[in-house]
Amino acid sequence: MRVFSLLALQGFGGVLPVAQREIVERRRWLSREQFVETLSIGQVLPGPNVVNLALIIGDRFFGWRGAFAALAGMLALPLVIVLTLAALYARFAAEPQVAGALRGMGAVAAGLIIATACKLLPTLARNPLGRVACAVALLATLASVGVLRWPMAFAVIGIGGSAVLAAWWRLGRRP
Amino acid sequence: MSHDAADIGAMFVHFLAMSMLAIGGALATAPDVHRFIVNEHHWLDDQQFSAAIALAQAAPGPNLLFVPVIGYSVAGLLGALVALAGMLIPSTTLTLAVSRWGSKRRDHRGVRAFVAGMAPITIGLLLTTGGLLALPLVQRQAAWWLIAATVALSLKTKVNPVWLIAVGAAAGALGWV
Repeated sequence: MRVFSLLALQGFGGVLPVAQREIVERRRWLSREQFVETLSIGQVLPGPNVVNLALIIGDRFFGWRGAFAALAGMLALPLVIVLTLAALYARFAAEPQVAGALRGMGAVAAGLIIATACKLLPTLARNPLGRVACAVALLATLASVGVLRWPMAFAVIGIGGSAVLAAWWRLGRRP
Repeated sequence: MSHDAADIGAMFVHFLAMSMLAIGGALATAPDVHRFIVNEHHWLDDQQFSAAIALAQAAPGPNLLFVPVIGYSVAGLLGALVALAGMLIPSTTLTLAVSRWGSKRRDHRGVRAFVAGMAPITIGLLLTTGGLLALPLVQRQAAWWLIAATVALSLKTKVNPVWLIAVGAAAGALGWV
């Protein structure tokens, strides 16, 4: 649990790179390949993937108690910190400097998330769906959830489901 | 702000659903959380919603922490705990049940098709989240520059995001944004 607390606290804007260094390079709990494999399972499953990673590693080494210790370690301290910040913000939200600072942070947060999406875009070039189908699925998601404000369940189950079926078909055609 | 048990219950159920739909990470659910909290129930406005995500990004820890911050903004400490519990219970249960099964079948056609098919949806949802955060800032030209500079710096350099957030906070506090 201490390890996961440590990891979580270092993880500004995302815990993954720190987790990789600590678990693979320093503690040697997993090899690099095992780490990637565990992470990809965490990504396939729903739920925040770093949390899934903590659960799987905790479970593998220490059983279900380890899984919950890892989860608690990952979340407890950051939760206290972030809620303290939220409480402070709620108290001082009327101050123009505080409101301004949050606006600035919001702009940067928007930029960071857009940049993350841009960094992931090249991975679609190797996607078995092919570029055109990927572009269609991506734009359909943007249009339905972003512009039309339809519930996300439609995008994930409707568009995602069709894309998964298409990928299944493509993967069967060229083994 | 006060909410009755029915509101808190509705929020809990919404986050239970979000947990199962959070395939590309917690932030990919932000558009639907926004639809539920801001558009449907008017518990927060656009600016408060963006502030909650910005706070969670500025603090250490996993991105998922934007969920308890939203819960806190809506209904205080109880709201935070209810939102976090909703977001964690379904996915945690499923992960523990499936992880041993899945590790042996990583190369299975179904698993590969699932990963490949979901990838473009995840990226689309992330772009939507970025757009939503920019929404309360559309009339401020300086904010556009800040967003563009953040995207450029994140793509071209390995600068730690926490410095960019600090710069954004400073620029905002000085009244430039």
